[in-house]
Amino acid sequence: MLYVVIIFLGLSILLYVLLGGADFGAGIVEITTPSRMQDRIRTTTYQTIGPIWEANHMWLIITIVILFVGFPSVYALLSTHLHIPLLLMLFGIIGRGTAFVFRHYDAVQDDMQRVYNLIFTVSSFVTPFFLGLIFGALVGGEIDRDAVGFLDAFVWPWLNGFAVSVGMFTVTICGFLAAVFLVGESENEREKAFLVRRSRMFILATVLAGGLVFLAAELQKVPLVGLLIGEWITLGILLLATVAMIMLWIQLPTAGRLPCRTLAGFVVTAILAAFGYHYFPDLVITSAGENLTLFNAAAIGKPIETLAWALLIGSIFILPSLGYLIYSFQKDKSLNAKTRA
Amino acid sequence: MEDLLAARWQMAVSLGFHIIFACIGMVMPFFMATSHYKYLKTKKIIYRDLTKAWSKGVAIFFVTGAVSGTVLSFELGLLWPKFMLHAGPIFGMPFSLEGTAFFIEAIALGFYLYGWNKFDPWFHWFTGVVVGVSGLASGILVVAANAWMNSPAGFDFVDGQYLNIDPIAAMFNDAWFSQALHMTLAAFVATGFAVAGIHAYLMLKGQQVEFHRKAFLIALVFGAVAAVLQPISGDISAKDIAVRQPAKLAAMEGHFETSKSAPLIIGGLPDVENKKVDYAIEIPGALSFLAHGDFEAEVIGLDQFPEEDQPPVVVTHIAFQIMVGLGMVLVGLSLLFFFSRWKKKEWLSTRWFLWLFVLGTPLGFIALEAGWTVTEVGRQPWIIYGVLRTADAVSPIPGIAYSLYLFIGIYLSLAVAVTFLLIRQIKAIPESLQKDSGIYGDSTKVGS
Ligand code: HDD
Ligand code: HEM
Ligand code: HEM
Repeated sequence: MLYVVIIFLGLSILLYVLLGGADFGAGIVEITTPSRMQDRIRTTTYQTIGPIWEANHMWLIITIVILFVGFPSVYALLSTHLHIPLLLMLFGIIGRGTAFVFRHYDAVQDDMQRVYNLIFTVSSFVTPFFLGLIFGALVGGEIDRDAVGFLDAFVWPWLNGFAVSVGMFTVTICGFLAAVFLVGESENEREKAFLVRRSRMFILATVLAGGLVFLAAELQKVPLVGLLIGEWITLGILLLATVAMIMLWIQLPTAGRLPCRTLAGFVVTAILAAFGYHYFPDLVITSAGENLTLFNAAAIGKPIETLAWALLIGSIFILPSLGYLIYSFQKDKSLNAKTRA
Repeated sequence: MEDLLAARWQMAVSLGFHIIFACIGMVMPFFMATSHYKYLKTKKIIYRDLTKAWSKGVAIFFVTGAVSGTVLSFELGLLWPKFMLHAGPIFGMPFSLEGTAFFIEAIALGFYLYGWNKFDPWFHWFTGVVVGVSGLASGILVVAANAWMNSPAGFDFVDGQYLNIDPIAAMFNDAWFSQALHMTLAAFVATGFAVAGIHAYLMLKGQQVEFHRKAFLIALVFGAVAAVLQPISGDISAKDIAVRQPAKLAAMEGHFETSKSAPLIIGGLPDVENKKVDYAIEIPGALSFLAHGDFEAEVIGLDQFPEEDQPPVVVTHIAFQIMVGLGMVLVGLSLLFFFSRWKKKEWLSTRWFLWLFVLGTPLGFIALEAGWTVTEVGRQPWIIYGVLRTADAVSPIPGIAYSLYLFIGIYLSLAVAVTFLLIRQIKAIPESLQKDSGIYGDSTKVGS
């Protein structure tokens, strides 16, 4: 049953990065949009993620619940040593969710919109940045469980080049996902051309930020190159991701929206899969080298079993209805688009 | 500020904030579904408008509930890592089921808020009901987790180890039923009276009176029925605590010395030093009767507990008086309301009657916060009753006070923002009622 839990953990993280990521990305794309286009982008964003944004963020809750029920020592360690970035991420989550809804549901359209937009865009950037930073910090090997000083125990574990670069990388991935996603939703040529340019920009940014991650890893002696050298599987996966990115770059202006989205989703899934494979089964890498793994940190026995059953039963309810929700509003959107055209 | 104190305050502030939005999220869907049902049955536009007006408010409350809830699921670890290290696997069952309930709620809400004119009307209505039912389910589940902290079950505590964990037994602990029942009713009381009060105020202002009257009636019927049941359920809770957590009961009642035929102490200010309650009304034997159903029964007092195991008496006692006192006021208002529906329908157009309910607007929520204060402060000094002390569970990180200040700032701003948005929504109601459709939630401001 532990494997069921592990699969759900991986799946929730993946879905959160894909769905939540595209969602944050929409705000990141908004930052990079010149003001004359912003209104359109905002409307498109709203129409696309409006009905499902809340569901997208549920994957984070599921991830956290799996952690504290199934891997309590990881949750405890994470929330102790990474207290500060977690708090900052939470502030981002608060700002982002509320600003998104408030700006739409404010009955009066006035200067307050600017405030909402500012909070929305800033927190769309901050949240994935810290999320990525936290992931980076978990495997960065700077967590010292016996540290006593404030800086050693609560700051250096995450304030280092590697973790920061993973944070940046996550931001670019989100932007990339959203830009590609929005291309398919754009309603006129100008908007589309703009979004294609943005997608390409984010592809470039993702590659650069990815390079930065490897660089930072080298400087900090995080054994990440193993991903490229020595492990054929991860190398293969990453090569495939690269090919997919190149295809996207070329095909974006002409290809339909489904192939583009599939490619973008594939790129991100591949990156996560390569990382996952590389680090499996480690969850936290500490400076002393006593890592917390999916196996040694699991709350074995009944807690894992009941958790697995709860997840299995839950997914029987969740997955079909979530699918139907996404399908319904996609269908509705294309109907609208047709009647307007 | 000392870190432990700051952490306790931060937890209290976050929960106290979340619970308001959680209650609205659990209960408003039922009000909307009722009004929506009336619309589908009678085809009266006014009910459709009411449903839509409410659902715009709900969207604002909902997101605030969702983000504050997300914060909480991290905060449990941020503030109490040593608690979660042990408790997580034991009381995790309700949380893992709750995940499903939230998910369904979020999905159904997507359908409901954005689904006007897009689906079969009854399917659309049904998604609204699903929002309410899954909201209630998640509320009940999370209360089960809290009840476990009051009444730990489902594991053996041997030499500081938590062995033989059984998450199902932990979920269905002894306190689960009484707390879940009481909390569910409380959510209906608090939300019902608050919504009714706001609409009573708007009726007094004389705009769209028919609209607000309908809203008032729907909300108050729910609220008043729950308010009348609340003391019964409270009595079940109290009898339960008398057995399960006698120290909490003693603190609630300001009952310092174990005695037979114990008096019920109403009001007053506990004087911990001299072990008595000043300025209180005493009803002989009543506490024995309320706690054990017998005027002669012995009720355990605080003297049975070593000082380091006693909960703070002043806060617990006063909070309990506030909850029960307001509970009684609300029962009175509810009975008055039922009487008026039965004999004096015309009261609904009189100013004094409406003003009474305007004054009742915050009472349910105040009682609810007070009730949680009783439960949580009355559990001190334990985070898991009798097993783990709050002081031993707190995070080692220094400077928690700063995050407390930040959270207070954020929650205050959110509260201001939500109020501000709500007022704007309400101001917009008369305008939007005149236009037939299109202005409500189903599309963006940029006419699409
Ligand atoms: C609208 C709100 C409201 C009202 C009118 C009342 N309560 Fe209450 N009470 C709550 C809202 C609440 C609560 C906030 O929901 C609590 C906190 C934890 C819980 O399960 O319910 C609670 C807890 C609570 C407890 C402690 C339960 C525990 O720690 O396990 C007792 C003994 C009572 N209540 C008793 C009463 C009595 C005798 C009332 C008579 C009128 C009453 N309550 C009215
Ligand atoms: C939403 C309604 C709730 C309110 C208003 C509330 C209120 C409070 C208050 C006032 C405290 C501080 C008590 C003190 O330290 O003196 C507290 C502590 C705490 N509560 Fe609650 N509570 C609620 C529900 C819950 C639930 C459902 C859980 C868990 C599942 C929970 C978990 C905790 C924890 C872990 C603490 C800190 C430890 C402690 O002080 O004992 N609470 N809460
Ligand atoms: C008695 C206390 C509580 C009750 C009755 C309650 C109930 C609810 C309800 C009904 C919602 C739905 C969202 C909404 O209506 O706005 C909600 C949201 C949420 N609550 Fe609470 N809650 C309580 C305490 C807690 C605690 C202690 C936690 C964390 C450990 C928590 C975690 C969450 C989360 C993560 C959400 C977001 C779900 C979403 O995005 O839809 N809640 N809560």
